[in-house]
Amino acid sequence: MAASPLVKTTPVTNDIAVEIVGMHKWYGEFHVLRDVNLTVRRGEKIVICGPSGSGKSTMIRCINRLEEHQQGTVVVDGVPLTNDLKRIDEIRRDVGMVFQHFNLFPHLTVLENCTLAPIWVRKMPQKQAEEIAMHYLTRVKIPDQALKYPGQLSGGQQQRVAIARSLCMSPKIMMFDEPTSALDPEMVKEVLDTMVQLAQDGMTMLCVTHEMGFARQVADRVVFMDRGEIVEINTPEEFFKNPQHERTKLFLSQILH
Amino acid sequence: MSDQAIGSRIAYVRREAGPTRPAPIMTRGVFAWVRENLFSTPMSGVLTIGSLLFVLWVAPDTFRYLISDAVWQAPDGVACRAPGAGACWAFVAAKFEYFMYGSYPRGETWRVDVTLVLGLALILWLLIPRLPRKGMAAFAFFVVYPVVAFFLLRGLEGVLPIVETNLWGGVFVSLLVAAVGIVASLPLGVLLALGRRSQLPFVKFFCVVFIEFVRGVPLITVLFMANTMLPLFVPQEWTPDRLLRPLIGVSLFAAAYMAEVVRAGLQAMPKGQFEGAMALGLPYWKMMRLIILPQALTTVIPGIVNSFIALFKDTTLVAIVGIFDFLRTVETARLDPVWAGPTISTTGYVFAAIFYWVFCFAMSRYSQMLERKLAAGRRR
Ligand SMILES: Nc1ncnc2c1ncn2[C@@H]1O[C@H](COP(=O)(O)OP(=O)(O)OP(=O)(O)O)[C@@H](O)[C@H]1O
Ligand SMILES: [Mg+2]
Repeated sequence: MAASPLVKTTPVTNDIAVEIVGMHKWYGEFHVLRDVNLTVRRGEKIVICGPSGSGKSTMIRCINRLEEHQQGTVVVDGVPLTNDLKRIDEIRRDVGMVFQHFNLFPHLTVLENCTLAPIWVRKMPQKQAEEIAMHYLTRVKIPDQALKYPGQLSGGQQQRVAIARSLCMSPKIMMFDEPTSALDPEMVKEVLDTMVQLAQDGMTMLCVTHEMGFARQVADRVVFMDRGEIVEINTPEEFFKNPQHERTKLFLSQILH
Repeated sequence: MSDQAIGSRIAYVRREAGPTRPAPIMTRGVFAWVRENLFSTPMSGVLTIGSLLFVLWVAPDTFRYLISDAVWQAPDGVACRAPGAGACWAFVAAKFEYFMYGSYPRGETWRVDVTLVLGLALILWLLIPRLPRKGMAAFAFFVVYPVVAFFLLRGLEGVLPIVETNLWGGVFVSLLVAAVGIVASLPLGVLLALGRRSQLPFVKFFCVVFIEFVRGVPLITVLFMANTMLPLFVPQEWTPDRLLRPLIGVSLFAAAYMAEVVRAGLQAMPKGQFEGAMALGLPYWKMMRLIILPQALTTVIPGIVNSFIALFKDTTLVAIVGIFDFLRTVETARLDPVWAGPTISTTGYVFAAIFYWVFCFAMSRYSQMLERKLAAGRRR
C-alpha cells in the first residue's frame, strides 16, 4: 500500500500530543498492526482495551520506539519518529512509560531509581533531583520507602515507584501497559488511585488496561483493538452502553458478566 | 484440649495465641550439625568415616616431611641430601630474593617492593567496601599507578638507573603479568561482549571473529604469535619490549574469555531492564554503564573471578617465550649444583604450589564475600 500523504506534515495546531497515521507493523511475516490511526489531544485520557494478542502493547510501544513500525507516521509532541537516535531519546524523555512488570532497577534504591534519569539525562543537580523525587514519591504516598531497594517493596508499592520514576522526568505524556495486571487484587486499587489522581492533574494518558471501572471514571475515549486493528473508538458511556461492532460486543460480554 | 479433638470438630476458632517452645534438642547445636552434615544417610556416614581414615593415613607423613623432618637452616645442600631428610626450606630461604625479583639488581629491589606495596595499598582501598572515595582510588590505581610503577621499575634517565626488562623475574613478574592481564581483560572483555551483541554488523563481525579465534587457540600459541608477530606490525624502532609482548598476548587472551563470561551476564538480564532504561530516554552507553552492566557483572562475579584465577595460573606459560616468571625461577634454582639433591625439586614445587594456592584462594574468598554483600537487600 502507498505511504500516507500526511508523511511530512507536522501538526499545525499545538494541542496534539500523539498522532498516528496509517501505521503498519510486521513481526517478520506476521502483520501485527494494520492501518492504525489515532490522534491524542493534549490532556486527553485514552484507555485501550482488547483481547490478548490484539496488539495493544505493540501499538503504544511504537509511540516511544521500543518497537519500530514499518509504514505510516507517528508524530509525538510535534516530532515525527524517524531512525534518528537523538530524536528518539528526546521523545522518550517526554513520554513516560509504566510497565506491567514495573521494570524498576533492582540494584538501585527507590530514590536512586527516581533520580537516575533526571541526573544523567536532564543533567539536573543531584540535590534538585532528589527534591523532585521526594515530591513525587510523596504524591504516590511512599516517601518513607525512599531508601529501600525495590525488592523490599510490595508489588503495588513498586508500581507506584515506577509511576513516580516516570513523573520525575516531567513527561508530557504518560503511557501505561497493563499496570495492574501483575498485582494482587488488594494492591490494584492503590495503583489505580494514583492514576486517577494523575488524570485529574491533567496529564495526557494512554492506558492499556482491563480495569473497566477506571475507564468509566477517567477515560475521555476508549479504544478497542482486535487482531491488530482499531475496531472501535468511543466515549466510555457509549462504548459500554452501546457498542457498535460485533467484536466489541463479544469482548465486552466476555469481560463484563 | 488435644489437636486431634480440635481437628475432628466441624468449627473451631482460636481464642488465644499458641505457646512458643524451644526446638527439640535433637535438632539443635553440634549434635544436630553432625547428624545433618556427616551422618545424614548410611552412604554419607561411610564417606565421613572413609575420609577421616584417609586424613589420618596421610597427615602424619605429610607433617613429618613438611615440618618435623624438614631442614630449616643450612648454608648449602649437604644437610638436605642426608637420607630421610624432609623438605629443604633452607633452599627456599637462600633463593628467596631470586624467587621474588629474578635477576633484578640486588641494590635496586626496594623499587619493586615500593611498587608492590603501593599497588597492594591501592587494591585494598579499591576492594574493601568500607573505605571511602572509590572514584579517587580507581583513578589512582588505573591511571596514576601504572605510570608511577613503570618509571619506578624501569627507571628514569638521570634519576633512577634503568633496569632492562630482561633482568625482571620471579614473583614480581608473575604478579605484574597477572595484574596487567586482569586490569586489561575486564574492560576489553566488556567491550567485546557488547560488540558481539551490537546491531552494527561490522562491529559484531569483528568481535565474533576475535573472540572465536582467540578462544580457539591455546594460550601458548597466542604468546608465540604475540612474540613473533607484534614486531612485524610496527616500525623497527617501535618494536615492543620483550616483556610487553606476552603482556599484550595474555591480556587479549583473557579478554576473549572474559567477553564470553560478560555476555552470559548480559544474556541473563531481563528485557524489561533494557526497556525501563530506554523508556526513560537513557542513551545506549549510559544505559549500559548505569543499569545493565552493574547488574550483569554482579551476576557473573563467580565467572569473572574464575577467569582471573585461571589467568593467574596461566601466567606461568609466559616462561615459554623467555620470561622469568616465578615458576621459571623455581625451575632454574632447583638446578643449582650447590643445592642439588633428592628433595630440592619437591620443595621448590611445594613452595610454588603454596604461593599460587594462597593467591587463588584469596581471590575466591573475596568473590564470595562480594557476592554475599551485593546480594543482600537487592533481591529481585
Ligand atoms: N517480539 C515479537 N516477535 C514476534 N511476535 C510478537 C512479538 N511481540 C509480540 N508478538 C505478537 O504480536 C501480537 C501482539 O502482541 P501484543 O503484545 O501487542 O499484544 P497485547 O494486545 O498487548 O496482548 P496482551 O493483552 O496479552 O498483553 C501477539 O500475537 C504476539 O504474539
Ligand atoms: Mg500487552
